[in-house]
Amino acid sequence: MRDVICDMSNCLTVENVQILSNGKVLLDVPSLILDGPGPTLLLGPNGAGKSLLLRCLHGLISPDRGRVVQDGNHLGAAQKARQAMVFQRPVLLRRSVAANLGFVLKRQGMGRRARKARIAELLAEGGLDGKARQSARSLSGGEAQRLAILRALALEPETLFLDEPTSALDPGATQMIERMVLRASARGVRIVMVTHDIGQARRLASDVVMMQGGHVVEHGPAKQVLDTPESEASRRYLAGGLVT
Amino acid sequence: MQEFSSEFSAAIALILGGDSELWAIVLLSLKVSVFAVLVSALIGMPVGAALAVARFPGRRMLIVLMNALMGFPPVVVGLLVYLMLSRSGPLGVLELLYTPTAMIIAQVVLVTPIVTALTRQVVEMLAEEYSEQLRSLGVSRLASVPVLLWDARLALVTALLAGFGRAIAEVGAVIIVGGNINHVTRVMTTTIALETSKGNLSLALALGAILIGIAVAVNAMVSAVSLRAEQEGLSHA
Repeated sequence: MRDVICDMSNCLTVENVQILSNGKVLLDVPSLILDGPGPTLLLGPNGAGKSLLLRCLHGLISPDRGRVVQDGNHLGAAQKARQAMVFQRPVLLRRSVAANLGFVLKRQGMGRRARKARIAELLAEGGLDGKARQSARSLSGGEAQRLAILRALALEPETLFLDEPTSALDPGATQMIERMVLRASARGVRIVMVTHDIGQARRLASDVVMMQGGHVVEHGPAKQVLDTPESEASRRYLAGGLVT
Repeated sequence: MQEFSSEFSAAIALILGGDSELWAIVLLSLKVSVFAVLVSALIGMPVGAALAVARFPGRRMLIVLMNALMGFPPVVVGLLVYLMLSRSGPLGVLELLYTPTAMIIAQVVLVTPIVTALTRQVVEMLAEEYSEQLRSLGVSRLASVPVLLWDARLALVTALLAGFGRAIAEVGAVIIVGGNINHVTRVMTTTIALETSKGNLSLALALGAILIGIAVAVNAMVSAVSLRAEQEGLSHA
């Protein structure tokens, strides 16, 4: 487990968080500090609590005990406004591609002309030029996920959470998403992403949080966790063994 | 049989000949029902959407009540509206009884539960899908209502058409509050009832044919819009 003192800037901290359901502990994270400069990937088997932790970090689920702290402040509306999230199955509004982006830009108070220019920029960034007027629901899986990421980035978040964004995509589409994630990270957006894909963790992660059974079993620099894991659970997961 | 065919021929002649009385009745029917549906939409859609997204004690009860009101007998609605608008009723001073406005009120009472219940159903389904995403984008429950209504627009058109179908074919309530007064409150359904009882089958048949035509057209539109809504991944079916 890493032992880093958070300097309270650009830092996400989990303090004694527990999520319970019918008396059963679904998530139990006594301490977790995400303060590295590059993407953090949450890795682990199904039911490990990765998506639950992600939702908790984004404030979609309130923990039964403990708290999430961002930059020294309890996770409130102001902190959540600086975050964005992309879900495993992209949820797109039943509108055109451009209108999906325009929706969040308009909510930010951007004027019509500025919106139009920003939409064009975003579409170019996601390789969706020429699809502005197309219905968002008619996009392919990869295009839809790219649009969902662009919409999240349109919020200009400091932290972007991604919940297995490439789990249903082919290698080509996955590569495009990974490039977008790396570009966002290079621009200073903190990336926290859930994946099952060890190869993807190797390609993207600066640090890796290994989870199992609702617990963080290991957290450290990607190379260290992936090449020389300390915990037995991590070793078994990385070796492709069954972990329950 | 010969009498029927001659009445039928006369009915066709009335329709094709542009009989002014017949078309005035059709026009009034359409005006009353379209206006009633518009008012119902203004009430039923926001209420239905709010019922879909809001969480408060008694919400389930309200939903059950709204669903039950969809099957409210039109004659009873007519009677209740009559009591409200009659001279001694609480709204008697408005002198609306036996006017098209009274018929619109009766149809609004009948159609609003349909629009509300269908809107609630459609929006609740969409809200389930959108909920986390909208919260993630910082959209509050209240602010999500117009977003959900707009995105459910195709399915909601079918709700409005269903309401229109109910309104245009309604006879019991409008005859009580409208009084079936010639050139004032006589609509297709009430005229058919009256003219049939008088033996004037040609006018009744002509209006019946037009009413069936409207019903078929409305159902065709419902099918087309439902199909489009299904393709968009949203249907209340």
